[in-house]
Amino acid sequence: MSSPRTYAYYPGCSGLGTSMEYDISTRAVCKALGMTLTDIPDWSCCGSTPAHTVDHSFSTALSARNLKIAAKAGLSTVTTPCPSCLTNLKTAGKNVKDAEFKKKVEILLDGQLPELPEVMSVLQALYEDIGADVVAEHVKKPLTGLKVACYYGCIMNRPPEVMEFDDPEHPIAMDKLMEAAGATVIPFPLKVECCGASLGVARKDVVAKLTGKLIDTAAGLGVDALVTACPLCQMNLDLRQDQANAALGTRHRIPVFYYTQLLGLAFDLPEEALGLDKLCVDPHHALETAKERAQNTKVREETA
Amino acid sequence: MDVVFLDKTRDDAFVAEVERESGQNVALCYQCGNCTAGCPYTFAYDIPVSQIMRLLQAGQKDRLLKCKSIWLCATCESCTTRCPNNIDVAKIMDVLRHQARRHGLAGERNVKVFWDAFLDSVKAHGRVFELGALATYVTRTGRFWTDMDLGPKIFPKGKIGFKPHDIKGKDEVKKIFDRFMEESSK
Amino acid sequence: MKIGVFVCHCGSNIAGAVDPAKVAESARALPDVVIATDTLYACSEPGQQGIIDAVKEYELDGVVVASCTPRMHEATFRRAVERAGINRYMFEMANIREHVSWIGKDKEANTNKAAELVGMAVEKLRRDRPLIPKQFDINKRVMIIGGGVAGIQAALDCADGGLEVILVEKTSSIGGKMAKLDKTFPTVDCSSCILGPRMVDVAQHPNITLYAYSEIESISGYVGNFQANIRKKTTYVDWELCTGCGLCMEKCPSKKSTDHFNEKVGVTTAINIPFPQAIPKKAVIDAEFCTKLIKGKCGVCAKVCPSKAIKYEMEDEVVTENVGAVVVATGFDLFDYSVYGEYGAGKYPDVITSLQYERLLSASGPTGGHIKRPSDGKEPKNIVFIQCVGSRDKSVDRPYCSGFCCMYTAKQAILTKDHIPDSQSYVFYMDIRSPGKMYDEFTRRAMEEYGARYIRGRVAMVYPKGEKYIVRGADTLMGTTAEIEADLVVLAVGAEAAKGSPQLAEKLRISYDKYGFFMEGHPKLKPVETNTAGVYLAGACQGPKDIPSSVAQGSAAAAKVLGLFSKDKLESDPQVSHVEIKRCVGCGKCVETCPFGAVKLVDFRGMPKAEVIETVCQGCGICAVTCPQGAIQLEHFTDNQILAEVNALCRS
Repeated sequence: MSSPRTYAYYPGCSGLGTSMEYDISTRAVCKALGMTLTDIPDWSCCGSTPAHTVDHSFSTALSARNLKIAAKAGLSTVTTPCPSCLTNLKTAGKNVKDAEFKKKVEILLDGQLPELPEVMSVLQALYEDIGADVVAEHVKKPLTGLKVACYYGCIMNRPPEVMEFDDPEHPIAMDKLMEAAGATVIPFPLKVECCGASLGVARKDVVAKLTGKLIDTAAGLGVDALVTACPLCQMNLDLRQDQANAALGTRHRIPVFYYTQLLGLAFDLPEEALGLDKLCVDPHHALETAKERAQNTKVREETA
Repeated sequence: MDVVFLDKTRDDAFVAEVERESGQNVALCYQCGNCTAGCPYTFAYDIPVSQIMRLLQAGQKDRLLKCKSIWLCATCESCTTRCPNNIDVAKIMDVLRHQARRHGLAGERNVKVFWDAFLDSVKAHGRVFELGALATYVTRTGRFWTDMDLGPKIFPKGKIGFKPHDIKGKDEVKKIFDRFMEESSK
Repeated sequence: MKIGVFVCHCGSNIAGAVDPAKVAESARALPDVVIATDTLYACSEPGQQGIIDAVKEYELDGVVVASCTPRMHEATFRRAVERAGINRYMFEMANIREHVSWIGKDKEANTNKAAELVGMAVEKLRRDRPLIPKQFDINKRVMIIGGGVAGIQAALDCADGGLEVILVEKTSSIGGKMAKLDKTFPTVDCSSCILGPRMVDVAQHPNITLYAYSEIESISGYVGNFQANIRKKTTYVDWELCTGCGLCMEKCPSKKSTDHFNEKVGVTTAINIPFPQAIPKKAVIDAEFCTKLIKGKCGVCAKVCPSKAIKYEMEDEVVTENVGAVVVATGFDLFDYSVYGEYGAGKYPDVITSLQYERLLSASGPTGGHIKRPSDGKEPKNIVFIQCVGSRDKSVDRPYCSGFCCMYTAKQAILTKDHIPDSQSYVFYMDIRSPGKMYDEFTRRAMEEYGARYIRGRVAMVYPKGEKYIVRGADTLMGTTAEIEADLVVLAVGAEAAKGSPQLAEKLRISYDKYGFFMEGHPKLKPVETNTAGVYLAGACQGPKDIPSSVAQGSAAAAKVLGLFSKDKLESDPQVSHVEIKRCVGCGKCVETCPFGAVKLVDFRGMPKAEVIETVCQGCGICAVTCPQGAIQLEHFTDNQILAEVNALCRS
């Protein structure tokens, strides 16, 4: 691997609010790995799902504004932790390759678009630019004994023609990073099943049913925790976990980490820097269980 | 179910418009049902996605633009990823929403209200103000009990900001909205 | 010279976009043309008669027909002019259909172009001379490549017709895919019971020489006289001595070799005979797994072999066979379903292919005919069949229908009920394609009598849940998502071209399509011929085919070979290269460049001179463009003729 690059960083709106722990843990982990994240100056919202349900040139314009700023700052790669932002930014980059479409977007932006930077998720940057082996070298406190299921959400890898990262049905990047961190990764069959996305407010029944299935399946596999890479997935699984319990008549209490939080723990970064206190389902019980399990295994191995 | 008059109620112009805006050829669909099979939302849909494709082939504009399904699609891309004919089905769902909006239709009104509240917040501040968008939604729908159960879980975490994060270039962002309104009224 | 020109309408095929009357009119102004006329269908009986009458009435020396491609009807018209009493090579064809009317809509421009093509043909014809074909001997032996059911049929039919047959099979036994099947549709008769005796017939037929575990190394020559080099891959067992007793298999300590015959369901020994009915029933060592060959230690098989047949130092051997015709019957391979991530991409042990399932059903298979899950050996109760895996799917570049999967799936559902009476089969299908005698009745029986539950829709995903698998598909007739908890999932994988097909096609100089299937001579009228004389096709190497169609093609190809060999001599095309001996300086460049070995140097009054072996020359013209002296010319494609055509074109 060459020396770590400088990335234009796009935190996404929820990074300032409901997913602030994702934002701070991402920054902490990237710093620990020697990556430079430069915030896109005065970035604005990508429009998320609502914008592309209105019009594609409109949503492209909202995203392209940010890519344009990054390009003007001389940054060739934009990275974002949020898959929804990622999809919009990447789709915008693809869309403006069509000259006619680009014209429409330039009208909305009232200005010409320069060559736009490439966009990748922070997960992709960690997995492809840094590499799981280098991540493993930074691990000081391996997550030994922690059984996790990695949940990628629906759009981190799909559609493959746009996202161009990992496998659309069986992605492995997060699994590999978690293994590098010392965790035990239990194969999760619903890695890419949609959690209900932004329908939580208007149709919480829909989200409850979909997250309920994900949580129930994970629980059936006996995992200590779910690991996510998406603010909306995390919110639906964590904050809304009791709504799912109510809908399914279950009583699951499964903590839902951002993968960056777990990497941070493995790097022995302070808990405050990872925002563990921001999670709704308290993760400490799971972490303790894992420690005990690791201890027991060690004892068994030593006596054997 | 109404009789579908395959000739009389077929809207060719509508089909052509959807094809043009989505860049897809709807004749490619051979009704295998893979989109419906993979769609996590079928249980909530009034028309499964494969039948939306069929109604589209048949030019049944009215039923399509009034249905709930197009508002419940979360663009999870299962359909697009797995379509054996490489049809970007999710994009077609998007384009049908665009069409419905133009006709002032929304089969799942609350979903649209939430999305609009989100965008209004972006328009006002340059970034979305989560609590503000939720408040707008609650006011417009009158559903004051929305996610009341979540308040005690999230407020103590200090994650919900009570003030918007206005950006310096918020006027720039507002102008994108304004120009879009202007362009689409042309 | 007196030339007649006949411009064909071909119904509206040509006349729809060309004015044949005008083309004929312009031809009347050409030198030597004494009659030019248009005709509705030149190839029809009255059309041909018109040409014959004109030859006689105007005492013509040559004829030009402006119609379709020479590939279609050149032979037809040559015969017609011969019937009229002139040499059949005093005939030229202008292709104004494929080259004009079918590719452009501008009638005026088309008409002009057609007239120009006719002008060129007339100029060429003016420089033609009568040619007499040479006759040559035929080697009345036939080589059949591939010992599946199509190849077996072709071999037996040829052998019964009195021909000497060389049968070359890649694997260590003939039988092909059919030998792996348990039962066959729609009669549910035992596959090996009907195929086995045919395989034995092959082994015992005095006219058949079988090269098993052998592949075509190279092939040269031409119709009637091919020379094939056959690589006999090393088996490490002297088959002259091997009696097929199987003692080596019993004692071989390396028991984890890939079991190719059983489609990797289970494992086999490093030395093995693939199945009890194998022909020849001879052992082969898999060098990848043999401890003796890998590490130099072991040698158990050599110790126990009663006939001392084991030869660890054995090497490949190449033998040469001379034959007059070749039948290609290399069959198909299965679609590699691991590209379908949504079906587990080969990672789930109980998601298997239809051919693997066939081995589980077979009494001679790895489970002795008991259906057991590969993962835990348990008997499955809920079995889900998914059709069109790698068929009719553009996203994996397999847009074609494999044709037989609907039928074998119905058969497997029926057999499942026979094997496990309290089981339930589910079949996800897109359309049921069963157009054959008793075929649709058969699929109906699977549903009506055997209770197979057919669900019209594709499956989006399969994933494990505990010991079971959730199969999530659509029921498009109900308009909903449909889920089943399955114990076993069987993928009806489609057919694709056999591995190595393009390479074999290139050795044989035959065409293949973008998927690797071999191209027939004509999609309707020449189903078993290729465009290379003397090379025929049979079975699924041309495209997916079921057993009855493959057998029919095997017989058809045999009939073609017998027809070809019914003559004692073949005529060679006289449009071959010819050396002007005075101009030849004996440089030998033509000898070097000829791809067919048809030019040799001979001594002519103490000087080296090139000489063309007329029966070997294929008329490709490479020598003609290579010769620095212009001493070697291709008959009817001489420099003079080509220049005259160019002049005719540039003049107009």
